[in-house]
Amino acid sequence: MSDSLLPLRREMDERAALPVLLYFGTGILWLLAGTVLGVASSLKFNAPDWLGSVPALTFGRIRPAHLNAVMYGWASLAGAGCMVWLTSRLCQVPVQWRGCLIASAALWNAGLVYGVGSILLGYSAGVEWLEFPLAAVALIALAFLLYAASILRTFSLRKVDHVYVSLWYILASVVWFPLLYVVANLPIYSGVVHGVVNWWYAHNALAVWFTPVGLALAYYFIPKIIGRPLYSYYLSLLGFWTFALFYNWNGVHHLVGGPVPNWLQTISIIASVMMVIPVLAVAVNHHLTTLGNFRMLRTSLELRFIVFGAMSYTAVSFQVAMESLRSVQETLHFTHYTIGHAHLGVYGFLTMILFGAMYYITPRVARWDWPRPGWISAHFWLTAAGILIYVGATCWGGFLQGRALNNPAEPFTDVVELTRPYLLLRTISGVLIGAGHLIFAALFAQVLRRMGPRREEAVTP
Amino acid sequence: MMFIRLSVFFAGVLAALFLGWAALVGVPGVQIAAVPPQPDLRPYTFEQAHGRQVYIREGCMYCHSQQTRPQGFGADQPRRWGRPSVPGDYFYDQPHLLGTMRTGPDLLNIGARQSSRDWHLAHLYNPRTVTPQSLMPPFPWLFEERAAEPSETVVHGRFVANRDGLDLIEYLLSMNRTYPVR
Repeated sequence: MSDSLLPLRREMDERAALPVLLYFGTGILWLLAGTVLGVASSLKFNAPDWLGSVPALTFGRIRPAHLNAVMYGWASLAGAGCMVWLTSRLCQVPVQWRGCLIASAALWNAGLVYGVGSILLGYSAGVEWLEFPLAAVALIALAFLLYAASILRTFSLRKVDHVYVSLWYILASVVWFPLLYVVANLPIYSGVVHGVVNWWYAHNALAVWFTPVGLALAYYFIPKIIGRPLYSYYLSLLGFWTFALFYNWNGVHHLVGGPVPNWLQTISIIASVMMVIPVLAVAVNHHLTTLGNFRMLRTSLELRFIVFGAMSYTAVSFQVAMESLRSVQETLHFTHYTIGHAHLGVYGFLTMILFGAMYYITPRVARWDWPRPGWISAHFWLTAAGILIYVGATCWGGFLQGRALNNPAEPFTDVVELTRPYLLLRTISGVLIGAGHLIFAALFAQVLRRMGPRREEAVTP
Repeated sequence: MMFIRLSVFFAGVLAALFLGWAALVGVPGVQIAAVPPQPDLRPYTFEQAHGRQVYIREGCMYCHSQQTRPQGFGADQPRRWGRPSVPGDYFYDQPHLLGTMRTGPDLLNIGARQSSRDWHLAHLYNPRTVTPQSLMPPFPWLFEERAAEPSETVVHGRFVANRDGLDLIEYLLSMNRTYPVR
């Protein structure tokens, strides 16, 4: 590391501090809210009459409230904070238009409170991933545009000639997501076309926003922390463009066997299988950069989270390619398997990478080191074990559920009975994950309040 | 982007999104929009449409699909959940409620499978009174405690359905796409 960059980095971190900590802090609040809603949703399967007389807490309301709180709240806010910091670092320019970012965080949270509140009070728009009423959608879209404006402004003033691969994903996501979000929320669709738009959106929200955030962070932090260059620059180029081309076509694999044209199902299945190319490109790059440096997973807790996330990305992506095939969908569609798969992606991959990135970024922008490293390790093991149990229970239980559903001799009530132990295991895993989140939130609060020993010199910018 | 100009990068990025939209939404949108409603499909009455809003409000679609699979793909046909659904069956559905989960059974033809109003009343008040193994939540707020008119059904000794509950059942009973496809 050339020491001449230290003052610039210090300045960049100082300029980034307020917006980044605002995104992180509110994101963590949504993580806690989303976790409570998620665990409560799962518990409802084990005890269906629990809180059964409170309309706002019925399963059909807290389940979408959970999804929206963790996707548009936790993952989006924490992701935006990471992207703001990363863009500044990669462009070697302090964050620009900070006012935009602060307004963005405020509007984003206002939209979330309005949207999640609407779902709980019974004003859901009724479309999965698009439950928010239009006013909440407008607030979040505006918040995203303000965020995008700041990112693009910072990028336009960049002091580097080389645009690193993480930036490609960031730049693509800031033009992709607002377009997708607005087009999908237009109140003009009905019938089967609406179903197609729904799943075009829900799958693409991952393609154009959540996955680029996770990949941008993995591409940056794996080589950065290990201290050696990316295995192959050309491979990352291939990975990006095949990702951009194929991921967009995947959505209709959520409607295989449904009342949509066969050709449409087929092209989505083909595109899902072709995702193997960008996934392999990313996997080879990340895993071969890590290879031979596994010792560092013991010393760097950030890297531990991020490598876990990168491995989950490979696993979840091969799962998609396999799962989208008609013969496999015949069994797994409509079951808890899909829920397990979704959590492997959004939690095992994205959330674990966000944790790792936030453990790296927070002490640098706050200029205060984590007071209790042992707690970080506990956070890792609780959430890693939790998500593995979660995915194992829902995927295996879902597979058995799908086989039973497809056996007409099996009464439906028997299918329900069969899933019970797996649903109980899921609640237990959710409690483990929730305990990890409490530790994380407590650590974050301790850094903000500057608790523990002053170790500023330990936080190299 | 060492290799390409920024304008080319953004053009490529936008083209990728547009291609996906055109293939998955644009073309099928034109194809399906040309499909007329099935001739035997009735538009929702005022009560049914309101009941559908209650269905959405309570999030029924997170556990119940509304799409039936063809013969040889899954067990919908041998389970007699109804003939395979076609786009014309959904003409009046806004928003769509196709669903992706079958924690509970498919409901596209629940009105044909279970046409008893009283069964639905008891089931909605607390599903476990009619199906002990059920995981479905109870919906007591679709009922009120008062003296029943002679025409009304009493559940649990003292509860009668309110407007929301009655309309939800109207909607469920209207769920019948067993007419032949034409």
